[in-house]
Amino acid sequence: MKPPRFEYHRPSSRDEVAALLAQHGDESKILAGGQSLVPMLNFRLAHPDHLVDINHLEGEASEPELGDRWVTFGPLVRHVAAERSLVVEEEVPLLFEALRFVAHPAIRTRGTIVGSIAHSDPAAEIPAVLTALGGEIVARSARGERTIHSDDCFVGPLINALKHDEWMEAVRFPRRAEGEGFAFEEFSRRSGDYALCGVAAAARPSGSGMNVTLAYLGVGVTPQTIEVSARPVSEYQHPSFFGELEGLVHAELRPYDDIHATGAYKRFLAVRLGVKAARRAVSMGEPA
Amino acid sequence: MTGDKMRISLTVNGETREVDVEPRWLLSDVLRHELGLTGTHVGCEHGVCGCCTVLIDGGPARSCLALAVSVDGAEITTVESLAAEDGQLHPLQESFQKHHGLQCGFCTPGFLMTAMPFWENAEDMSDDELRKEISGQLCRCTGYSGILASIHGAAAVARERERSDSSRRIAEQDVDQ
Amino acid sequence: MTTKMFGAPVQRNEDPRFLTGKGRYVDDFESGAYGAAFLRSDFGHAKILEIDVAAALALDGVYGVYTHADLEGVLSEPLPLLIPNPNLFAPRTQYALAKEEVCYVGEVVAMVVAKDRYIAEDAAGMIFVDYEPLPVASDLEGASQVGAPVAHSDMDDNVNGRVAEEKGDVDGAISAATHVFEWRFEIERAAAMPMETRGVVADYDTRTESLLMYDSTQAPTGVRGGLAQLFGLDPDNVHVVAPDVGGGFGMKVIQFYPEEVMVAWASRKLGHVVKWIEDRREDFVGSNHERGQVHHVKVGADDEGHILAMDVKFINDAGAYCSYGLIIPIVTAAQMQGPYKIKNFRYEFRNIFTNKVPTSPYRGAGRPQAVYVMERVMDRVAGELGIDRTEIRRRNFIGPDEFPYEVGVMWQDGGNVVYDSGDYEKGLDVLLEALDYPAFLADQKKAREEGRLLGLGIGCYVEGTGIGPYEGALIKILNDGSVTVAIAVGTQGQGHETVFAQIVSDELGVPVDRIKIVSGDTRRLGYGVGTFASRSAVVAGNAVLKAAQTVKRKAAEVASRSLEVSVEDLVFADGRVHVEGAPDVGVPLGQLAIISNPLRYAFGKDSEEAVLLAQRAYAGSDRPLPEGTSPGLEATEFFSPKAGVFAFGTHAAVVEIDRDTCNLKILRYVVHHDCGKVINPMIVDGQVQGGVAQGIGGAFYEKFEYDEEAQLTNATFMDFLIPYATEIPTLELHHTETPSPLNPLGIKGVGEAGTIPGAAVIANAVSDALGQPVDKMPLSPLILFEMMHPSLDG
Ligand SMILES: Cc1cc2nc3c(=O)[nH]c(=O)nc-3n(C[C@H](O)[C@H](O)[C@H](O)COP(=O)(O)OP(=O)(O)OC[C@H]3O[C@@H](n4cnc5c(N)ncnc54)[C@H](O)[C@@H]3O)c2cc1C
Ligand code: FES
Ligand code: FES
Repeated sequence: MKPPRFEYHRPSSRDEVAALLAQHGDESKILAGGQSLVPMLNFRLAHPDHLVDINHLEGEASEPELGDRWVTFGPLVRHVAAERSLVVEEEVPLLFEALRFVAHPAIRTRGTIVGSIAHSDPAAEIPAVLTALGGEIVARSARGERTIHSDDCFVGPLINALKHDEWMEAVRFPRRAEGEGFAFEEFSRRSGDYALCGVAAAARPSGSGMNVTLAYLGVGVTPQTIEVSARPVSEYQHPSFFGELEGLVHAELRPYDDIHATGAYKRFLAVRLGVKAARRAVSMGEPA
Repeated sequence: MTGDKMRISLTVNGETREVDVEPRWLLSDVLRHELGLTGTHVGCEHGVCGCCTVLIDGGPARSCLALAVSVDGAEITTVESLAAEDGQLHPLQESFQKHHGLQCGFCTPGFLMTAMPFWENAEDMSDDELRKEISGQLCRCTGYSGILASIHGAAAVARERERSDSSRRIAEQDVDQ
Repeated sequence: MTTKMFGAPVQRNEDPRFLTGKGRYVDDFESGAYGAAFLRSDFGHAKILEIDVAAALALDGVYGVYTHADLEGVLSEPLPLLIPNPNLFAPRTQYALAKEEVCYVGEVVAMVVAKDRYIAEDAAGMIFVDYEPLPVASDLEGASQVGAPVAHSDMDDNVNGRVAEEKGDVDGAISAATHVFEWRFEIERAAAMPMETRGVVADYDTRTESLLMYDSTQAPTGVRGGLAQLFGLDPDNVHVVAPDVGGGFGMKVIQFYPEEVMVAWASRKLGHVVKWIEDRREDFVGSNHERGQVHHVKVGADDEGHILAMDVKFINDAGAYCSYGLIIPIVTAAQMQGPYKIKNFRYEFRNIFTNKVPTSPYRGAGRPQAVYVMERVMDRVAGELGIDRTEIRRRNFIGPDEFPYEVGVMWQDGGNVVYDSGDYEKGLDVLLEALDYPAFLADQKKAREEGRLLGLGIGCYVEGTGIGPYEGALIKILNDGSVTVAIAVGTQGQGHETVFAQIVSDELGVPVDRIKIVSGDTRRLGYGVGTFASRSAVVAGNAVLKAAQTVKRKAAEVASRSLEVSVEDLVFADGRVHVEGAPDVGVPLGQLAIISNPLRYAFGKDSEEAVLLAQRAYAGSDRPLPEGTSPGLEATEFFSPKAGVFAFGTHAAVVEIDRDTCNLKILRYVVHHDCGKVINPMIVDGQVQGGVAQGIGGAFYEKFEYDEEAQLTNATFMDFLIPYATEIPTLELHHTETPSPLNPLGIKGVGEAGTIPGAAVIANAVSDALGQPVDKMPLSPLILFEMMHPSLDG
């Protein structure tokens, strides 16, 4: 289990990264924290001809940045920085909560937030969080820059909307707004494992009640969302909400079987975790 | 130029080491086979077992998931640095011996390095918190209870040591007078 | 005499080395070695049509690429059958490199040696093999049927061995029984998965035609003897060292794994040190598994729940080859009756080839299956007859006055199973008191009313340990007064360097940290068997005791001559031998060592004194070395047990199943355990806690996912789930000590005890929580989901 050969590049600026991708495109891979890519290299499941190591970019922020609307993560903000960040705790509480479920402390010291999005694992927490919140990514190439909304970002398992010559320069999560509430729930076999099923819930005030976006992980080839329409807060706590969500889950989620869970079991989990998360998110928020 | 080597510089256990490495070499292999620091062990090479955990710039990280070239310039701390020059064990190490926190010893360096950043606060952690903190480290021998007791008890070992050191100092002063 | 070390929780001698990173595991040797990699079969069963190594050979940095065609003589023949048995009528062992047929995914097909492992892997990926796929025997039960695809194309079916035995009159007893039940029990494969994988470093010196090999094995002596024979070498020119071993749990005890032969062979061929370190992916498919069995059981009982007769038919998954013979199913059969008196008992097993990784003992070795079957039977009979689960066990226990107890079946060494000592009811009582059984029953009742799923599982077992044939120890008292002891068994973390030192310390009055145990190095001691089957402490421990006693006699004789007192008046304490009642009149042990070896020269101050003493010691003799003595204070002794010794215990788990996730949480895990006299309680507790963790892992987390083509689909630690600290509870441990009468130390083995009842306990607990039988192991949340919600399935 040793990486195959590749040509190693160590750009020091974002422009250089774009230039390298323009030249090597689909024969290349970006190396960020390496916590997903290096295992794939060791198993020889990935064999890029060119490896573009962005760890030595100069002047990159190691902390998330607070803007007017967004909290922005540059390509070298590690999980550990995010989980210790007051900005994240206050402004993106859903991400803050979800980070506890991502792998283990010794993985999070290296893994990056952007890398987690770019890796686009359908069982990963952070893409679901981005989806629940409606965040966006900044894609960059020598041709220029574009933003991609979270709904358009994830295309399939380990596949996203980036073109061969593009890389992710940043990820933006919207700042928490007045009255919003959030909750994250998942079930994994061991602590730190990818979940069999998980859900990121964002509750938003709407009229005199709240609506909830549930973004599921582990149940499809990309994060899967279920929208719970606006209703009074008390209705979420009512036993009938369980039945309603059960109906939505059965109508909208088509999870496939894997070795740890059948589709039927994942749906079972999706209902229960979804109910829990929705109730908690709503009770944390406040209708207008 | 694919097989060509690059010169990198690592600060390993406080000492600057220049090494010529192939870009694909894992930090675990470079530490073990190029620098002779075989205390860092390799159990899975895909990030799950934690045997290879070292500190990279002060934070515990998998050396099997780091390309040595990529951590060029970093500060690496391995298990070899914990004991004093005269061989006296670090309180955390001593606590592992005291609480039978190891059997075959293969996973031990990884547990030690994982606990290094927080052992002084471990006695205030709940059992669940402590377990969570060392999740990500596999041990196939001990069933973990000795390891938990070791990390939990390390601060007490350190205190005990300070107490006996200071009483010895006092005794020495008494003799001097 | 100083305080007794035997029985004390002495801190371990080996720990400082391990804690400071100075342990020496196989990959820590020879950083300049060439790196080897193996190409392994991707097919469960296929014919090899062609292998093309040209591209691999042409790669820069590659020194050799080998296939079966490169092997000659005995090396081109199948590897030896380690444990033959007349009932093993169709043995198959694998070739060092596959010849014409591959029989499991992972079987070695070709070997590459290169400048380093990276390049070796590059080259292995460039070898082209043309396979013709053959029908695959994947599922154990399927493979055992007539007309199933055969795992070896030269066989007509997959049965390689069959054994049957009967005691009493099973048919008669069953037809006379008031209650007769028939059940099927299944248990899947599991594996040891030590944190250190296997590895071999071979250094063949072509000038002296000698081989030095570092091997992460539990049985270096056997590997050495076997290699000498295979290579046609004088055994004195072959040495195998098992350095620090990062866990083995039985898996590292096969002579041979093909790599052990090939790495040595390649080193000879290339005249250079060659190293192969198994990677984790290889370990999943290249190192042995165990456990897969299916049982059909017929039980006859009376109204009180006495088991009158049991008839067991089972099949054992041998995997693709069976170099370990029939040992696993024999142990299962021999240990199935456990602590119970079953007058009429019959078993028949068939050992079945499948196209999967070969099997050999993994911690527990056939016993977990036996205990699982028996303890499920106890719970099921209790349930059927409305008897409390603890009461039914009491009614069937062998009484404390019935030892030695003839179990009436054959043991793995061919003799009869005879339990040496035990008190099973007392053990159960200790457990139940610790558990507070009435309180649990009340909790459970309350939980049920609240809709919570609380369950208790109990599992009793008897574990045969300390089997022969023998082990040895070579002890030396050195000139500085320290002691070295060489034993042939390797160590895999069980604390040998401490427990054996404790035994010696008590005999010789030398502090534990002045006693160095060297294990698993054939350069030190040529005869020995290995560390497995919970035998090291018992067999090697008693050999160490004997050797210590012999060397003590020698030292006493020398001291008696030097001090001119009789041997009976001497006391060994604090590293000296002194005259009883006169602690000042004595000689340090180191000086005795010098005296015992009368040289003409003195090296240093100590020996100057000693030489003077020696002159006195031998003054009355006609020569420097009195007739009938030998120089030096050293002794080699062997211990060969008459029979195995039988440890026992009972485990209980209190579990809760979460209705929302179908996950299992172990709320308490209580252990009663009796392994006779305990040398070091700290180490024994550690062995049990670690063993239980493996038992729990095997019962609920670690599950091999093989598909119909016998491909292992979860060969990573990401998908094969060894529990972390977050999943394993801390045990509540309770001991009793029923000494074995069969060895001087009164000890029994402990290495496997923790693991053995794991499957039984978890199965019984889940069954209790759900009110449904659990007759297939291991479990998982998915399986619990399917049991709890059968209508939602699919
Ligand atoms: C034992 C273990 C357990 C884990 N458990 C979990 C878990 O429970 N949940 C979870 O979500 N993750 C888990 N992970 C994965 C971990 O979180 C990864 O770190 C993360 O998914 C990727 O981040 P990275 O910075 O390490 O990316 P890398 O590994 O460096 O890269 C991952 C992929 O993204 C691409 N990439 C990275 N950065 C960019 C960029 N800026 N632009 C374009 N492409 C880019 C790479 O080319 C590569 O294809 C686990 C990993 C391990 C080893
Ligand atoms: S070897 Fe690095 S985590 Fe297992
Ligand atoms: S002590 Fe052996 S793996 Fe932990």
